[in-house]
Amino acid sequence: MRKDYKLEKRKYVIGGFIVVIALIYAIRLFDLQLNDDRYKKRADSNAFLEKTIYPSRGLMYDRNGELVVYNQPAYDVMIIPRDVQPFDTVDFCNTIHITPEQLRRRFEDMRDKRLNPGYSTYTPQRLITQLSTQDYGRLQEKLYRFPGFFIQKRILRQYNYAAAANVLGNLREVSRADIEADPYYMAGDYTGDLGVERSYEQYLRGVKGVEVLMRDANGRIQGRYEGGAHDVEPISGRDLTLSLDIRLQQYAESLMVGKRGAVVAIEPSTGEILCLVSSPSYDPRLLVGRKRGENYRMLTEDPSLPLFDRALGGAYPPGSTFKPSQGLIFLQEGIINTSTTYPCTGGYVNGGLRVGCHAHGSPLPLKPALQTSCNAFFCWGFKNMIDRRSKYGTPAQAFEIWKNHLVSMGYGYRLGVDLPHESRGFLPNAKFYSKFYGEGRWSANTVISVAIGQGEILATPLQIANLAATIANRGWFITPHVVKAIQDTVMPAELLEKRYPTIDAHWYDDVAEGMHMAVLGGTCRRAQIPGMEVAGKTGTAQNPHGKDHSAFMSFAPFDNPRIAVAVYVENGGFGAVFGVPIGSLVMEKYLNDTIAPSRQYMETQMLNTSVYYATKRK
Amino acid sequence: MQLSANNKSTSIFREIDWTTVIIYLLMILAGVASIYAASYDFDEASMLSFDEFSGKQVRWIGLGLVIAFVVLMTDARMFETYAYPVYIIMLVLLLVTPFIAPDIKGSRSWLVIGSMSLQPAEFAKVTTALALAKLFNGYNFVLNAKMSNYAKALAIIILPIVLILAQNETGSALVYMSLFFVLYREGMTGLILFAALMSVVIFVLTVKFVDPGFLGIATGEFAILLIVMLIVVDMTYMYDKRLTLPRNLVLWFSGVLLVMWIVGGPCGVDLPARACLLSALAIASIYIAVAAIGRHRNKLFVPVITAVLAVGLMFSVNVAFNQLQPHQQQRIRVVLGIEEDLRGAGYNVNQSKIAIGSGGFAGKGFLNGTQTKLKYVPEQHTDFIFCTIGEEEGFVGAMLVVGLYLALILRIISIAERQPRPFGRVYAYCVASYLIFHFCINIGMVIGLCPVIGIPLPFFSYGGSSLWGFTLLLFILLRIDATRKYYN
Repeated sequence: MRKDYKLEKRKYVIGGFIVVIALIYAIRLFDLQLNDDRYKKRADSNAFLEKTIYPSRGLMYDRNGELVVYNQPAYDVMIIPRDVQPFDTVDFCNTIHITPEQLRRRFEDMRDKRLNPGYSTYTPQRLITQLSTQDYGRLQEKLYRFPGFFIQKRILRQYNYAAAANVLGNLREVSRADIEADPYYMAGDYTGDLGVERSYEQYLRGVKGVEVLMRDANGRIQGRYEGGAHDVEPISGRDLTLSLDIRLQQYAESLMVGKRGAVVAIEPSTGEILCLVSSPSYDPRLLVGRKRGENYRMLTEDPSLPLFDRALGGAYPPGSTFKPSQGLIFLQEGIINTSTTYPCTGGYVNGGLRVGCHAHGSPLPLKPALQTSCNAFFCWGFKNMIDRRSKYGTPAQAFEIWKNHLVSMGYGYRLGVDLPHESRGFLPNAKFYSKFYGEGRWSANTVISVAIGQGEILATPLQIANLAATIANRGWFITPHVVKAIQDTVMPAELLEKRYPTIDAHWYDDVAEGMHMAVLGGTCRRAQIPGMEVAGKTGTAQNPHGKDHSAFMSFAPFDNPRIAVAVYVENGGFGAVFGVPIGSLVMEKYLNDTIAPSRQYMETQMLNTSVYYATKRK
Repeated sequence: MQLSANNKSTSIFREIDWTTVIIYLLMILAGVASIYAASYDFDEASMLSFDEFSGKQVRWIGLGLVIAFVVLMTDARMFETYAYPVYIIMLVLLLVTPFIAPDIKGSRSWLVIGSMSLQPAEFAKVTTALALAKLFNGYNFVLNAKMSNYAKALAIIILPIVLILAQNETGSALVYMSLFFVLYREGMTGLILFAALMSVVIFVLTVKFVDPGFLGIATGEFAILLIVMLIVVDMTYMYDKRLTLPRNLVLWFSGVLLVMWIVGGPCGVDLPARACLLSALAIASIYIAVAAIGRHRNKLFVPVITAVLAVGLMFSVNVAFNQLQPHQQQRIRVVLGIEEDLRGAGYNVNQSKIAIGSGGFAGKGFLNGTQTKLKYVPEQHTDFIFCTIGEEEGFVGAMLVVGLYLALILRIISIAERQPRPFGRVYAYCVASYLIFHFCINIGMVIGLCPVIGIPLPFFSYGGSSLWGFTLLLFILLRIDATRKYYN
């Protein structure tokens, strides 16, 4: 066997290496075990109890500085199962007013790994949640009798107004999925559910702190570890200033009592939402405290779906409130000018098709058409645009251009409001019809109902209000949002930028003028507010769910608009029946703070009228 | 060579290396006692019930001893004959494992057979060692003879690494890197190990000592530049004793720096320390490179390349460090003592240091460790078993374990060197390398000197795969060793 003696010497290198490592480890062990009694002390103190300190959650104010949402303390009874010794259960139950049976069940639930994946006998576990202040006081005095028990202070929400539940949202305990998605959460923590609580969770929640405590072998707290050097102070959540006017919100909600639908009011110059009503609503206080579960179930089982935010989640046919957008498109595309007239022979009659209309002068141009809400005018306009092959080639291509204008106005996609669960509504594209009718086998008349906001078109009340705001601004809008300011932070830029639809600004003057005429002498005369120039457009939307929906969109004052509003009342009939009075009352309340005596009968009427809903649906 | 007949007589028990067997038995006994202690519950104490970890481990050990016996009864030539086929079968098994294994804590490496779970990665150590040994045993195989020999050896080592990485078992995969010791022993230039060691030193110094402590540059950077200078000067002197200029140059620059520090320092003069040191190194390197070309001494390029690589590494460490995943960065920072994070990445290590530190000289006594009993240390009975020993048996017990490992590894090296054939030698060095790696990393991690890489402490940690894998490794070695006399 050939042996390489030079290489054989390398065994000393390898052997030497391991000897050196062993030596280093020996020195380290010496240092840890004999030289440094810090570790011994730490171990003798039987390690640490880490107590979470919950930060105060950010408060919410309305645009006028009214406190809307604030915090109240609640107290959870925590135990470290390992340290619990047999205790007087009867005394314990009497102190905090629960039955021994409830206590037994709580212990079972706590130990159930499916309900409580983080269960361990060595770490703090939540036994009873949300003690009242009185129970907390009594238990605190007796706590020494219950080794292994301690009390953790928590933050609950409280509300100054029984309004805006859909905007504010509420808190719920984190789910397993939340914990897996974000390591910030621990079982039993609260997180925002729905509304601003959900969408601004990152700002509102703050940062949890921790107190590192030492305990002795019996679980008694011996003080802070290294004098609190390892403690982390909690950082309070940021306060929010909402753009809502909470009193206006309250007023609008009261007008909507007994009706299903939505009211959205926007300050056009800023995109700030002044009120966002979804009706029926509920008192946000229902979802606080120990009754939350029960109340939550009650709300989810209510056939009128109070938890569903109709204002931004409900997709409705916009009806005639859609017509101003049509006028804008036809003007922009040069299909009409302000003096183009179309005939109305009691409706739009073409190619064996008839879309009915009501009695008014004929033929007429755009502004009077808006004033009288003439179906025929917009059907003709639509037909002339979609079927103009000389300009667009095919109806499909024309339709795409038509659709793209609408998208630029905010239809068919989420506007990007800073609230969860916004619906995008529905705006068909050419492909949709080509698939349905066949390529090249449809034209304007096939889909004529979209010209008057019927048919496949669906829009959210928020999108309708946004159109009103865009017209009020004469050609631009800012993404509607409900938060005006975040403490110590700038607002996201996308909530401050102006967005411009693909319509030239000057066309808006004509459409606004038409809407002004509708209030002065057209379909929405009841929207007239004494001393105020108002522009509006009614909508009466046919739908497969029974009586027509009553819709209205409006803005005021005409020359310097400070509020744009959309109202949608399910099955309310003509736009003028519910939409116009509610919308104009909301505007009047906001602009004048009082309702003129001549209009108070209308207010009383709205407050006291209900719509009868027989069936379960949105 | 001719193999003498009749090597499977009962004389095997006279021929095997009993020292190793005794160390092995001591280790597994101490191991099972520690597992019993680690999973001992004050409340529900039950003596070696088979549901407890220790009870299960006893069963693993029993079957492990059967395996050991079977190995000893096997013809030693079998291991050599079937080295390649078994290696390939194991690669296939590793390849399919992630597809058929259930997901356990993010790793797909466990094959469930009935009530047993086995980790093929542990057994791949055996097959890889045998395959490498077989390669080196080839006729007239000399590693340095041609590059293709390196390629073959590296292929044998790297294939299992890749497949085990696919199972998300980074720790188990890294173990195979230790086989570079084997390559070194068989002729690979020591510069590679030296470079690896230097890289670690440079990394630690750069990341840990970032404070501008000395002469206006980071202490770590200053230390590295000094070390690199010394190495360059030393290497140059080693390769060519006539080249004294670099040494003088470096000395001169350092001298100037020293004078400036003494004179200018107290007056608050800003010292161009980095520029001074770097330009000294640069001028020296250029001079050596010119000399290397002029004198046709290629070896002189080694110090130049060393300087360039070391300085390059130093400046790129921060960049590289930022490329790591945040949790890996944090682990490294915690290990280097830059960051103390008692709740996150540092929790395990902190708790295990507390447990070991609280053991003192003689320990708290068997079953009396409070830290381990109260489950403060996670993975108590597996990867962190050493801290139970440290807590309950104290410095004495911990040092005994270190001593046992040192004895075992040195014994295996000496067994390796007495092998008549490269097969036995290379195989033995493979076993030693695995043990060195596991020993260094596992204990280093428990006492807070290495990053937390989840690999077990062989013969001590709970788990059948690891125990059986290392038992196989060791007894195959003993079996091969027992036949050595037939070759002389």
